[in-house]
Amino acid sequence: MLKKIRRILALICFVAVTLLFLDFTGTLHHWLGWTAKIQFMPAVLALNVVIIVALALLTLVFGRIYCSVICPLGVLQDIISWFHGRRKKNRFTYSKEVKWLRYPVLVLFIALVLAGVGSIFTLLEPYGTFGLIATNLFQPIYQWCNNGIAAIAEHYHSYGIYTVEVWVKSIASLATAAVLFIVIAVLAWRGGRTYCNTVCPVGTFLSLISRFSLLKVHIDDDKCIKCGMCTRNCKSSCIDYKNGTVDHSRCVTCGNCIDKCHKDAIYYGRPRKVVAVEDTPQQQEGVDKAKRAFLIGSGVALATTAMAQAKKKVDGGLAAIEDKKMPERKNPITPPGSLNARNMHQHCVACQLCVAECPNQVLRPSNDLLTFMQPIMSYERGYCRPECNRCSQVCPAGAIKPITLEQKSSTQIGHAVWTHFLCIPTRDKNDDGTPVSCGNCARHCPTGAITMIQLDENDEKSPMVPSINEAKCIGCGACEYVCPSRPVSAIHVEGHEDHRTI
Amino acid sequence: MNSDNKHNMSRRHFLKVAGGTAVASSVVLAACNNNDSGNAAIAPEDVPKDKMTYRTNPNTGDRVSLLGYGMMRLPLEGGDQADPNAAIDQELVNKEIDFAIEHGVNYFDTSPAYCQGRSEKATGIALHRHPRNKYYIATKLSNFDPSTRSLEESQKMFYNSLKELQVDYIDYMLLHAVGGGEDAIEEFNNRFMDNGLLDWLVEQKEAGKIRNLGFSYHGDIAIFDNLLAWHDEGDYHWDFVQIELNYVDWKHAKEINEDNTNAEYLYDELKKRDIPAIIMEPLLGGRLANMPNDIVADMKRRDPNSSIASWAFRYAGTPEGVLTVLSGMTWMDHLMENIKTYSPLKPISPEEDAFLSKIADKIVALHDIPCNDCKYCMPCPYGINIPAIFVHYNKCLKEGNLVRDEKDSNYKRARKAFLVGYDYSVPRLRQANHCIGCRKCVSHCPQEIDIPKELEKIDQFVEQLKQSDPKD
Repeated sequence: MLKKIRRILALICFVAVTLLFLDFTGTLHHWLGWTAKIQFMPAVLALNVVIIVALALLTLVFGRIYCSVICPLGVLQDIISWFHGRRKKNRFTYSKEVKWLRYPVLVLFIALVLAGVGSIFTLLEPYGTFGLIATNLFQPIYQWCNNGIAAIAEHYHSYGIYTVEVWVKSIASLATAAVLFIVIAVLAWRGGRTYCNTVCPVGTFLSLISRFSLLKVHIDDDKCIKCGMCTRNCKSSCIDYKNGTVDHSRCVTCGNCIDKCHKDAIYYGRPRKVVAVEDTPQQQEGVDKAKRAFLIGSGVALATTAMAQAKKKVDGGLAAIEDKKMPERKNPITPPGSLNARNMHQHCVACQLCVAECPNQVLRPSNDLLTFMQPIMSYERGYCRPECNRCSQVCPAGAIKPITLEQKSSTQIGHAVWTHFLCIPTRDKNDDGTPVSCGNCARHCPTGAITMIQLDENDEKSPMVPSINEAKCIGCGACEYVCPSRPVSAIHVEGHEDHRTI
Repeated sequence: MNSDNKHNMSRRHFLKVAGGTAVASSVVLAACNNNDSGNAAIAPEDVPKDKMTYRTNPNTGDRVSLLGYGMMRLPLEGGDQADPNAAIDQELVNKEIDFAIEHGVNYFDTSPAYCQGRSEKATGIALHRHPRNKYYIATKLSNFDPSTRSLEESQKMFYNSLKELQVDYIDYMLLHAVGGGEDAIEEFNNRFMDNGLLDWLVEQKEAGKIRNLGFSYHGDIAIFDNLLAWHDEGDYHWDFVQIELNYVDWKHAKEINEDNTNAEYLYDELKKRDIPAIIMEPLLGGRLANMPNDIVADMKRRDPNSSIASWAFRYAGTPEGVLTVLSGMTWMDHLMENIKTYSPLKPISPEEDAFLSKIADKIVALHDIPCNDCKYCMPCPYGINIPAIFVHYNKCLKEGNLVRDEKDSNYKRARKAFLVGYDYSVPRLRQANHCIGCRKCVSHCPQEIDIPKELEKIDQFVEQLKQSDPKD
């Protein structure tokens, strides 16, 4: 019974939170946004006292059902482990608690959070890890399926479903997600909840409470015949049937043991007698947390030659469009609503929800070590459009606070900077030798911050180039996106550490 | 359109079973929104082999089929006609040309510029498999690029045409798209007079390398009048002239664009001098086959058995001074239907003429962008897919998906259809917002469209749609 209820609830939570990461239409967060907000770390980072207290009380009464039901990474491990369980029954054994690993990790984690070194803790934290995996590995699959259906729909002139571009937001985050997924999947395949009980700082923290839970799993020595079925079905490896003890710090209250016991000797509820928890050192399964420092070579070789213009000799065909490269920004750009770089840094759990949500392909995970996996903005594939504030609506951790479209339109997150030698009118010529006219940045500036001026005021034939009024610029990146200079735009946005209202 | 085709086919099959082929082939069902041509309820055996209408060229006595095969929209491999890297589907081209010749078509019109410069070769391969006296070849001097304008380079272009087409003479040689450029007279002199090219071509004609010499004309009327004046004065003799003629351009060309000239004037000027007219754009680049439902309904009410496109072909073929009507046929369906329309031609009656004139008024009132998808503007040096953007815009206009008023009950649906279809037909980086306004395309457009201005208008419309996101 306990197992059935747990499974149904867990599946609902898992599907809901996963859909939140898969959805790109911006409609689901309205209904499912709460599933991210009740996650432990986002609540801590958002200083959401109500949720934290509620989760603590939940654990104090029922044990670590947070880990069994609410945590998507926990459920993901259960699913993987379940597949193995179908092939090989009764495969678990009891193991001792790995104290030397789990407590230091928790201490380290708390220290990192307090110090505000966001980049590392996101790799240890289950919700962020799940987000990273869901966004990098699951969302593309979901999008490909969507695109397949959309292609069929478009064929029949139905526009209810539309295609989305599937792109690698960051090789580093994709690789990290893949490594984490493989490690966690292998651990779950082999040992069930190994990750939750050796590494996960949230699990360890809740274990401090769950030892004192009101309701727990107990073994009735009188009824127990020491068959070991409970132990062999405990994915937390926390039941020592020989001694009749259960390690409540590691039990996630899944109920599998209760289902398996033929003698009704193991039960969930108030204890009939006190049992002691045995502490013993234990061998450890090496957790390979390959963290690699990916620093994108920011020194992009700038081709100073004019872009390869397709010569018009025959009809038709398309000029090749070179992909844009991220310009070397002195200051990263953070989304409107994040207030300033410190706020982002301290609150972001790097769950990638905003990255998965961004419809304009602007947000992507940072490759910088200090802000690893936290969202940064760049404008090669789109810009921060005026009608969109979706990232601010989905953030569960308070790193991007809700912002209205009106507020956003007057929030300066950066300002545009012009690079003379890249600007197309200074490079490309018409057939008669005069400079080509462009002005695409000025035409698309939503705040009217750009005016086109004569490069040489004494020469009427000199190229027209942009003049930027930094005070009016909000850093949305429209100019950078539509700039024809490739691979690096001749106008790019430098982020502001502190956002301002203009 | 596939769904329509399937629909037609299955109905046709049904009728065949129920009442025999005779009924089936004469019954035309639902209007088809095919891009270029009419309906698909036609099978190869329905196309007559020996009924084609022919016109005689007064200069050479050539008996030219009223349907001329335009080789500028050849089918591509892989099914994606928009893929610039796809190879020409030579097998299908061969099949189509075989079918055309078998059914009486004998005029094939190509150019060194068509299909990214691959049309002549494909045409040559297909035609070479037939006896040389079975077909007439038309090709052009397409020396638009300044680097191809010297006498030597232009001669090379001519010799290359002979080589690609695998022939040793050209039946119909055209000065390509006379009347374009910012200053049409200067452009003409630059391309054909200052370098002595026209005189050289006349020599080639005398030497038998060219059988008929003429020009194709778009744009500035001064150059057209000037060339005909030369003809009158005996400086140069034009064996034929290629003009744009259809029931919209007959009286409305000037209305659509100030710089254009009505086809009525062009045709009459040629007729006066007994110069045969070769007709291009009988369908206005497919726009006269793809029309809004209310106009389609008008035409179907008048004659439910005729496809929308067949009206336009009959119209263009009716004037006696027309030697042949060119159609850029991509698919077998187009070819079969057009052959049928001209086997034989049923001339447009005065009543029908008045009817089409009313239809033309309605089309002009649509205010769509007069783009014929000829791709002369391409490639845009900055990667914009100009014709695809215009085609999408016009399509939405005709389907009623161009709604500007947010209060319109249709707004939400139309907005989605426009935006989703836009991303589908044109990759984001090739959309209108990336046009920098360099204006390099403007002089290439035979329809004299102010391309950057139209793109900017579309960009603003798209912005308006995007920013007015109606929340559910």
